[in-house]
Amino acid sequence: MIIQALVFYVFAAVTIAAGLMVITARNPVHSVLFLILAFFNAAGLFVLMGAEFLAMILVVVYVGAVAVLFLFVVMMLDINVEKARQGFKKYLFIGGAIGLVLLVELVLILSSVVSTDVSVVASVPIPAIDDVHNTRALGQVLYTKYVYLFEASGMILLVAMIGAIVLTLRKREGVRRQVIADQVNRSREEAVEIKKVSSGSGI
Amino acid sequence: MAELWEGYALPTIIIVAQIMAIVGPLLIAVAYLTLAERKVIGAMQLRKGPNVVGPFGLLQPFADAVKLMMKETIMPSGANRIVFIMAPMLTFILSLVAWAVIPFGEGLVVSDINVGILYLFAISSLGVYGVIMAGWASNSKYPFIGALRSAAQMVSYEVSMGLVIITVLMCVGSLNLSDIVMAQKGDYGLLNWYAFPLLPMFVIFFISILAETNRSPFDLPEGESEIVAGFMVEYSSMSFALFFLGEYANMILMSAMAAILFMGGWLPPFDIAPFNWIPGPIWFSLKIAFVLFCFLWVRATFPRFRYDQLMRLGWKVFLPFTLFWVLLTAGVLVGFDLLPAAH
Repeated sequence: MIIQALVFYVFAAVTIAAGLMVITARNPVHSVLFLILAFFNAAGLFVLMGAEFLAMILVVVYVGAVAVLFLFVVMMLDINVEKARQGFKKYLFIGGAIGLVLLVELVLILSSVVSTDVSVVASVPIPAIDDVHNTRALGQVLYTKYVYLFEASGMILLVAMIGAIVLTLRKREGVRRQVIADQVNRSREEAVEIKKVSSGSGI
Repeated sequence: MAELWEGYALPTIIIVAQIMAIVGPLLIAVAYLTLAERKVIGAMQLRKGPNVVGPFGLLQPFADAVKLMMKETIMPSGANRIVFIMAPMLTFILSLVAWAVIPFGEGLVVSDINVGILYLFAISSLGVYGVIMAGWASNSKYPFIGALRSAAQMVSYEVSMGLVIITVLMCVGSLNLSDIVMAQKGDYGLLNWYAFPLLPMFVIFFISILAETNRSPFDLPEGESEIVAGFMVEYSSMSFALFFLGEYANMILMSAMAAILFMGGWLPPFDIAPFNWIPGPIWFSLKIAFVLFCFLWVRATFPRFRYDQLMRLGWKVFLPFTLFWVLLTAGVLVGFDLLPAAH
């Protein structure tokens, strides 16, 4: 148990330190790399809680895909750190207010001041962890009780994706695109012409 | 004291021993894979390949290693030092940690976790960071282009790889790698392996792992005729060697993944007398070697893809096809009542 506690504190401390570095690092690329470190340690915390499926999905989705594209964009932008810091005082109040709201919400939930209705939780029986490991348990709840919410979140993502495509798609004039079907469908008749050339006279 | 020994010290020693037992042979395999690559491609191009150092050139990998270690490590003056040094280490470490969940035989696995295949997928999707960090930290044009190419390419092919894995998982009903292998055990031996019922998925998976490991014909991140050596331009000596080791260890890892998902892992092709005398790990190695041979065969055969063709293949061909196949497999499994029983 001691080892587990130690590992927990290591993961937790690194997560918080990395989180702080995200907002204090001078170089934006370093910020993203610290963000990745924070994700990774959060995944470690999930593993300690026995939620190995969530941990792996966190790594696959956030670290493996989202953060890669994020890093990709940040690397391409030439961000002037000094300029970005100019409005610091102006945004301090709004940023602080949002942070405070989130903090209060978290405290309210964790201290169960806002108690969850027991009957609602009881109507969704979560199978005991001994019978079913958590991957299956997640699937059983997600695709039965919460199927509409699940589908709705899928819908939102689809709309976002289509929106992004619509915003960035533009037809440019004068671009010769490769149409592989046309190339494959070309027949011998339209591609080559065989001429009989008698020697010495040319075509 | 006894509790400390049995509770912590002994398991630690056992785990370290297991890690050594995997990493040692793996590094030797990597060394000989480089030799095998040069020999196989040499044979395909009617050359001899390396044959001077030692009998049949067998000591060539060690000569190469010594040469690399003797070289000077060069740090470009404009480079971001810490990230520059971390990138090759990250590539190498990631190519090793994934082996923790690979089952070499029945029960022969360091960590038999429930979500083994997801762990493998997660680690392989992290491989892109080594490349992208190297390209950015070098602070130079060609490495940066190489890194951008690699990031887009690996993210694109992960999508179809994920769908292929989902197809296999639907047939198995478990994310555990040992379960995936055991699900391919049946009365028909080799015909029970998923390579046959899911043949199109196997082909797509093979092509995707070529792209995922930046191997020819998808080696655009390091395409030497266009961008010198891509993200590795500024690297020399051991830092270059770590990239090299990482790339080859990743190739072996991906081949192991193909062997587990589609070729029945450690199972013999036929469960009859001469075949099942040979122990499982040897069958597993033979299957890995077969997939690796295909890697080399492809490299000797095909010209490099153009970048837009690579993207077209990933997004417009593989993604719709794998999606269709996931639906088809799900339909067949439900329709013919073939769904695997709950574990």
